Amino acid sequence: MTPKLPIFMDSQSTTPVDPRVLDAMIPYFTEKFGHPASRNHPFGWEAEAGLDRAREQIARLIGARDPKELVFTSGGTESINLALKGVAEMYREKGNHIVTTVIEQRAGLDVCKRLERQGFEVTYVKVGTDGLVDVEAIRSALTPKTILVSVMFANNEIGTIQPIAEIGRLAKEKGIVFHTDATQAVGKIPVDVEAMGVDLLSCTAHLIYGPKGIGALYVRRKNPRVRISPMIDGGGHERGMRSGTVPVPLAVGFGRAAELCRELMPEESKRLAALRDRLQDQILSRVDEAYLNGHPEKRLPHNLNISFSYVEGESVLMGLNKEAALASGSACTSATLEPSYVISALGVDAELAHSSIRFGLHRFTSEEEVDFVAQRAVEAIQRLREMSPLYEMAKEGINLKSMHWKAE
Amino acid sequence: MPYSDKVIDHYSNPRNVGSFGKGTPGVGTGLVGAPECGDVMKLQIKVNVQTGLIEDAKFKTFGCGSAIASSSLATEWLKGRTVEEAAKIKNTDIVNELKLPPVKIHCSVLAEDAIKAALQDYKEKWTNAAAEARTGAS
Repeated sequence: MTPKLPIFMDSQSTTPVDPRVLDAMIPYFTEKFGHPASRNHPFGWEAEAGLDRAREQIARLIGARDPKELVFTSGGTESINLALKGVAEMYREKGNHIVTTVIEQRAGLDVCKRLERQGFEVTYVKVGTDGLVDVEAIRSALTPKTILVSVMFANNEIGTIQPIAEIGRLAKEKGIVFHTDATQAVGKIPVDVEAMGVDLLSCTAHLIYGPKGIGALYVRRKNPRVRISPMIDGGGHERGMRSGTVPVPLAVGFGRAAELCRELMPEESKRLAALRDRLQDQILSRVDEAYLNGHPEKRLPHNLNISFSYVEGESVLMGLNKEAALASGSACTSATLEPSYVISALGVDAELAHSSIRFGLHRFTSEEEVDFVAQRAVEAIQRLREMSPLYEMAKEGINLKSMHWKAE
Repeated sequence: MPYSDKVIDHYSNPRNVGSFGKGTPGVGTGLVGAPECGDVMKLQIKVNVQTGLIEDAKFKTFGCGSAIASSSLATEWLKGRTVEEAAKIKNTDIVNELKLPPVKIHCSVLAEDAIKAALQDYKEKWTNAAAEARTGAS
C-alpha cells in the first residue's frame, strides 16, 4: 500500500506540532492572553502560571533542579548566541579562550568566528572518523585562559552522541563553564544536566513536536552559579537574561511538548531505532558502496546518514522530492555551496560529502513509509549510478583517486 | 528551490545516456569536473569523419539535477551539427533554455567545457583520419 505522499523524513530540520501540543496552546491565544509580567491582575497571573508550568515541564525533561534555571529565547540559535556571547562577555576578565568542536551547528561556529574577531581565541577540536569527540583532545586544548567549553550533545547531520558526562566532569574539574547545544538530543534521548555536569544547555521546541519560534537556555544556578551577560536589554524579563515579552502560547506548547517527550521517550526511542535499523538494512543490503556516516551505535535513534558513492546527493533528493523529503550534505543543497563540513570533518573523501543523504524519522513515521522511502531511494540511486561516469569508471577498474581531474 | 519544467524533464527522461564502445571511429570524449567538487561530466560525440557531422552524442554525469539536465541538453543540441557549429554552443544558451538560476550557472559552464573537451579530443584523435578521408573522397 502506498502511504500518503509526500513523506516527511527530514526531522532534524524540524518536526510537525503534535496535536496534543496545539490543544494546550490554543487557550493562550484567545482567553488566557495576558502578559506574564502583569503582576496585578488575573490575566497576568494566568499567563504567568502557564509559563511556570511550561518551565517545570522542560526542567523535568532535562533534569534541571529548578525551573528558574530556564530562560526562554526565540529558539536554538538564540540560545547558543546567548550562551556563548553571554559567557564571553561575563568572564572576559578571567580569560579569552574557548574550546569547541569542528562539527558544531552553524550558530555555534558563527558565534565563535565573531568572538575571534573580537579578540577571543577559539580552539576547534577535531572529531574521529566516527564523529566522536575525544575527551582527551578537549583536555589538551584547555589553557589557563579557557573560560568556556562548548560541545554539541548530538550532531544534527550524523546523529553522533558525544560523551557529554565525561566532558562535564572535565569542565567541573577545571572550573570551566560547560555549554552543550542539545537541540537535537533533548526529547529524543535521556538528557540530565545534573548527572552530566552541564552548566548551560541550548534547546528548541520545534524539534520536539512543539512550535517554531521558541527555545530555551538552561543556566545553572548552583554548583557553580553561572552568570551570563544578556544580549537583549529591556524590561528585565527572564531574570534579566533575556528581556522581551515571552510568547506565552509558544512557551506553553514547548512545555507540553517536553512533557509528552518525557512520557513517550522510552517507547518512542525504541520504536524509532527499530524503524531506523529497518531502513538502514533495506538500503545497505541492496546498494553496494554505501557507507554509514557517524558512529554506528552512539547515535540518535531517529537519524540515519548514508553516503552513496558515485551519485550526487541533490540529484538523489530530486528523484524523490515529490514523494519524500530528505536532506543531503551535497554542496548544491547548502546555502554556502560547500559540501557538508560535518561529513568532511569525518575525514572521508570529499566526494562522499557530496553523496550523503540524511533520513530523519519522527513520532509519526510509519513502517509503510520507511519501506516506501527505502524502495524509492534504492531505485533513484541505481538509476543515477547508471548515469554516473564515476560508477562506470570504477566498474572498469579505474582508480578514481589516481585520476588527474580537470576541475574548474 | 523549485526546478524548471525543462530541468525536471531532462532529469526524469535524460536523452542519450551512455558511452560509445572503446575504439569506435570518430569518437571524441570530454571528461570535465572533479568528484570532490560534486560534479563530473563525460560527454562524447561521434563524428562522421567524411562529412564532419556529429552523428551521435552520449553523456554520463555525476552531479545535481541541473548538471544532468545541462549535459542531456548538450547531447541533444550536438547531434546533427558540424564540429564547427558545435564549438559555438555557449553556456548562456543552456542557461536560457533550462532557465537555470544563478547558483546553477556553473552546471552550464561545465557542460560547455565538456563540449569543448570532446571536440578537442576528437580533433586530436581523428583530424588526420578526417583529412585522409577527404583526400580519398576527392
